[in-house]
Amino acid sequence: MKRISWFNTVSLTLGFAFLYVPMLILVIYSFNQSKLVTVWAGFSTKWYGELMQNEAFLSAAWVTIKVAVISSSIATVLGTMAAYVLVRGGRFMGRTLFSGMIYAPLVMPEVITGLSLLLLFIGIGLDRGVMTIVLAHTTFSMCYVSVVVSSRLVTFDRSLEEAALDLGCSPSEAFRLVTLPIIAPAVISGWLLAFTLSLDDLVIASFTSGPAATTLPIKIYSAVRLGVSPEINALSTLMIAIVTIGVITASLVNKRQMVRQQREENEAGRN
Amino acid sequence: MMRRFTLIAVPYLWLLALFLVPFVIVFKISLSDVALARPPYTPHFDWATGIWAFLSELDFENFVFLTQDDLYWKAYLSSLKIAVISTLLTLLVGYPMAYAMARAPSEWRATLMMLVILPFWTSFLIRVYAWMGILSNEGFLNQFLLWTGVISEPLTILNTNTAVYIGIVYTYLPFMILPIYAALERLDESLIEAAEDLGCSRLSAFWLVTIPLSKTGIIAGCFLVFIPVLGEFVIPSLLGGSDTLMIGKVLWEEFFSNRDWPVASAVAVVLLLLLIIPIVLFQRNQQKQQEAEQ
Amino acid sequence: MTIPVFEPWNDPEAKPLIQFQNVTKRFGDFTAIDDLTIGIYEKEFFALLGPSGCGKTTMMRMLAGFETPTEGKIFLSGQDMAPVPPNKRATNMMFQSYALFPHLSIWENIAFGLKREGMAKPQISDRVNEMLRLTRLEKFASRKPHQISGGQRQRVALARSLAKKPKLLLLDEPLGALDKKLRQDTQFELMDIQEQTGTTFVIVTHDQEEAMTVASRVAVMDNGRIIQVATPDRIYETPNSVYVADFIGEVNIIDGTATPNGENSYSVAWKDGQAPLNVVSPNSLSDGQSCHLAIRPEKVTINAEKPTGVDNVVAGKILDIAYLGNLSTYHVELPSGAVIKAQSANTRRISRRAFTWEDTVWLSWTATAGVLLAE
Repeated sequence: MKRISWFNTVSLTLGFAFLYVPMLILVIYSFNQSKLVTVWAGFSTKWYGELMQNEAFLSAAWVTIKVAVISSSIATVLGTMAAYVLVRGGRFMGRTLFSGMIYAPLVMPEVITGLSLLLLFIGIGLDRGVMTIVLAHTTFSMCYVSVVVSSRLVTFDRSLEEAALDLGCSPSEAFRLVTLPIIAPAVISGWLLAFTLSLDDLVIASFTSGPAATTLPIKIYSAVRLGVSPEINALSTLMIAIVTIGVITASLVNKRQMVRQQREENEAGRN
Repeated sequence: MMRRFTLIAVPYLWLLALFLVPFVIVFKISLSDVALARPPYTPHFDWATGIWAFLSELDFENFVFLTQDDLYWKAYLSSLKIAVISTLLTLLVGYPMAYAMARAPSEWRATLMMLVILPFWTSFLIRVYAWMGILSNEGFLNQFLLWTGVISEPLTILNTNTAVYIGIVYTYLPFMILPIYAALERLDESLIEAAEDLGCSRLSAFWLVTIPLSKTGIIAGCFLVFIPVLGEFVIPSLLGGSDTLMIGKVLWEEFFSNRDWPVASAVAVVLLLLLIIPIVLFQRNQQKQQEAEQ
Repeated sequence: MTIPVFEPWNDPEAKPLIQFQNVTKRFGDFTAIDDLTIGIYEKEFFALLGPSGCGKTTMMRMLAGFETPTEGKIFLSGQDMAPVPPNKRATNMMFQSYALFPHLSIWENIAFGLKREGMAKPQISDRVNEMLRLTRLEKFASRKPHQISGGQRQRVALARSLAKKPKLLLLDEPLGALDKKLRQDTQFELMDIQEQTGTTFVIVTHDQEEAMTVASRVAVMDNGRIIQVATPDRIYETPNSVYVADFIGEVNIIDGTATPNGENSYSVAWKDGQAPLNVVSPNSLSDGQSCHLAIRPEKVTINAEKPTGVDNVVAGKILDIAYLGNLSTYHVELPSGAVIKAQSANTRRISRRAFTWEDTVWLSWTATAGVLLAE
């Protein structure tokens, strides 16, 4: 094992401090007794209690989760289809335009995406609400799903599909019985990515939501513009906790699987 | 054959309807005039008067307006300036971290990677918000500096461009670290040893071998920061002051506060034109990298 | 008692199982298969041998149905295969990468094709167990592909492709991923299984030893064409071209001019100042035609003294000796500068060898030892 140099140690320590101290402060002060967020006045969980009483936040959270689940599910289906077309579709009319439309939303400023979708919804007379946010979120997150899934499909051993055909599968059976189970981890991470992006989005949701549907980021944004508040700290802490637990669990499960697979492969080699 | 057609048509039509058509609409409205109506612009397309009558009412007035009003010029220039400076700052912070990660013992690397990615999964809005409590006049940074005696008067950081830079570096750091780390991790350490063996000092080996070989990672990271920052809205709106001009914020205000849809659309079109060059350059860089890997 | 010889290709009555009729396959500008016509018979173990890019894999993929011919027709049991998709063909393929489904157990992998057929559960179970027995994999039925060794994976792939009792089994470099020792054992196993099941095997390989060991007939391919189709011994003993002679094993090629001097007998003039060579060859050549004499190193005898009563003899100097343990190959330089390789078995200890580097030796061979090939 090689030793890590002092320069590298310092840059990692400072770098990670920079990344994590702000969030740590946020978390700590969510347990502050005082309403003044910068003065510590003893430990309390009262802001969590107040948060649970806040109807507006709860209903916004509910809308957000609903939007995220629906849009990420549709986006996963569409994005997987798009990835399959891009990697396996061969040539067809307008392929360049298609791949352009898959990659463009990844680099498009959210303000433009939001504005253009809003103008479309107004143009066709669609009432803004949960449905329009779902449409908007599905559109940009399907592109992320498609990138994740297609990077898996590129490394997919094509002879597995050919073997399925050779053994009597129709093309759709081959996809269902062989391709899909094998690329499932990528499809699931695509869904998770789409879900997080939807949960997180403020700008596009602001453009495409109507008075009937307010998402949590919109709610947080309008509260935060007025300044720092302990209630928002509490809400942020909850969200950070959920994400942290989710990511750590996922990576531990992933690591355990990899370790097990490695061990089994080593054992197989010895037989 | 039918199945293949469906497979292509469904995502294709979805993107056409919800990605391409909206842009055509933005472009069209950018050529329209503002009006006190719902929707607040003219002309509307009308089958009765025909397409030529409709087209003849479109003009570049809004774009001319953008060139005449100082606000827009300044906003574009200041967006570019902020994007360039913050990209360089992010590189300055991100490169040493990526380098240290790539040189760390291999059993730590997965954990370090996760530590970099974790903030990315956390809400963007919350990460920006976290800095509001730190940078304000009575915030933690000022409290800390006053306590150590470095300053005697609180510094005004929140609602200035400095706060915007800090916010951008903080939120976009993972985008810079990951591609550079990927490039550095692939780098064969015996290349550095070979350079030292051939008479390079540590520093010149770094300069002559490590930096050129991580170039694609650096370029990719810079574009991944530069492109979204150019259209950024949340950070200037929460951390910036009234004098922080960024085009995303201008567009937002034009639309929501002034309700001037045609001008907002024209701002969007120009922003898009501004973005095309870096996007094309970025794609080229990615392609080159892919070819190099094959 | 005589064992009936299996050579349906010499029987004018026999109908081939597979018939390629003027098949051409192009990928854009590149011609992978060039106007190819050939018949493969039932129960044959047929090898397609050639360097990479010669079109052998394309031929196999056309049989499996993954590629369609650009021109020409392929028949299986007299039926035109063009409109039949891969999943409806009575052929199965063993992939080079094995293509075992990583999410299914060994048992499920082997049962995969049978389930697609809609076979009843008890029959599936019987058939899978039979295949597991045949390939000695009973112990591993419930494991996943990543939990077994490379050699075992190879046998699973074989069992899976044989489970459906295909009329024709296609094997794409089936032993390419195994190390040399295991590969040799597995070659015999493949031959046994082929004999037991009576299935027609078509194997693609770039390994000439493998092709020679397993196949009843070998087709040597180059640039989308079949250069020669024959049994392994005929390919080795009587190659029809310099390409085939050179591709299979080691060979000395001597350029010269042929003059007929009897039935199938020629006098070959070669380097100036050397006596003409006497050659008996079935290939007929005209007077004065330039030709190549291909002769295998093991058919050239090396002696310290000039031998008498031999058809051909030349003197030379030993340039190099490649000691292979059981054999040694001597590179002998003739006065003309040409180098001829001679191989001999090391029946005596190396210290008692009669000659060494720089020694003058005599090389000799019989008139029937080589084969004369036209330009």
